[in-house]
Amino acid sequence: MKQVIFWGTRGSLPTAPTGQVIREKIIAALAAANGRSFRNRDALEQFVGGLPFTVNNTFGGNSSCVEIVTDGPDHLVCDMGSGARPLGQSKIARYGTPNPQTYHIFISHLHWDHLMGFPFFAPMYIPGNHIVIHGCHQQLEEAVRMQMRAPCFPVDYSQAGARIDFDLMTPDLPHEIDGVRVTPKLQLHTGDSYGYRFDSAEKSVVYSTDSEHKLDDLASFDSFARFFAKADLVIFDAMYSLAEATSVKADWGHSSNVVGVELCQAAAAKRLALFHHEPAHDDAQLFRLFEESIRFEQITRGDRPPLDIVSAYDGLTINL
Amino acid sequence: MMQLTTREQSGVLVVSVSGRIDHASSEEFTRLLEPLLINCRQGQPALLLDFSGVAYISSAGLRVLMMASRQSKAQQGSFAIAALTPLVQEVFTISRFNLIVPCYTSVDTACKVLGQ
Ligand SMILES: [Zn+2]
Ligand SMILES: [Zn+2]
Repeated sequence: MKQVIFWGTRGSLPTAPTGQVIREKIIAALAAANGRSFRNRDALEQFVGGLPFTVNNTFGGNSSCVEIVTDGPDHLVCDMGSGARPLGQSKIARYGTPNPQTYHIFISHLHWDHLMGFPFFAPMYIPGNHIVIHGCHQQLEEAVRMQMRAPCFPVDYSQAGARIDFDLMTPDLPHEIDGVRVTPKLQLHTGDSYGYRFDSAEKSVVYSTDSEHKLDDLASFDSFARFFAKADLVIFDAMYSLAEATSVKADWGHSSNVVGVELCQAAAAKRLALFHHEPAHDDAQLFRLFEESIRFEQITRGDRPPLDIVSAYDGLTINL
Repeated sequence: MMQLTTREQSGVLVVSVSGRIDHASSEEFTRLLEPLLINCRQGQPALLLDFSGVAYISSAGLRVLMMASRQSKAQQGSFAIAALTPLVQEVFTISRFNLIVPCYTSVDTACKVLGQ
């Protein structure tokens, strides 16, 4: 495994920035420029590149979709949220049509924010492509078909040009797929969700979203610490603050940055990516949560080696 | 081994907590608090945890405090924490537990408010 590319990082509902948000960014950039003039495009690019993330970028708003780039010929993808649309477009741009490709898609669970991008995933309409949808829910195929059926969607599932297969996986059992060992794990979430651990000869990546952690369940904490053990990257549902996740939003099926850090520390994981961002949070709030997570790791580190923390955003590529 | 020592100040039951409240000791912390919480009810002295000796608290420890706060509220008693060390104070802020468990800067300040 070489890279992880985040195509959609928003939780629950795709979230577009408003005109007011863009205005604020323009105002902040102009204030930083403070009347400077720029010789050419390069000079502008350089200036913009030096602005803070919340001014020159955005966490973005597509729902869950993460690509794992392997050394093999196939494509590995976690979830089919609305981020699957730009992912599909990039594949078409890269490989053209026809140019048969195999896509392995791992579905955490059947909630809409994790499936809604599939009808917009262009490779599924192109004959010659092979799509294998892996998951652990009995109703996996039914849920995928259901959202491409009148009156929900104009194009029926039967219009798919690609060959689509479904693979029901068994939790806790490793499966060899495109040279990667993939192990699903049951997680606490309404209707169940599954995390996936991907192990290649050199690297390990864990995708664990829509997963609540009960703080008094120490056995579960230990079992997730084992699931995350020594991972190069853990992609973690950090939708709420710890206080929210334990009080007003208890049983809503999500976790926090604090528990993400604690589990990664217990697991001796190398890097944590905060993921499944709350739609109500703007870039400034998400960036604050990111900085606080870094600080929390520092003050709780003890003798452990440092844990690298990133806050995932649409378009982020992590080299493993 | 976690230790709780109790004393009375201005009509408030002040309990000094010391050590690390991590995943391993959170169950013990719950057990030690239990008899104190039973009496944290209407008409009884407020229960104040002096946190000046706590060097570290994990999420499991924070949950114990939330449950204690909840129980005292249900019993119409009053429960608070005081004198957090700067690092523990930061953990409270980052986790937003400062918003759900009443915190005071010092035991004296807390006693002035709770002791009436
Ligand atoms: Zn979700
Ligand atoms: Zn969900």
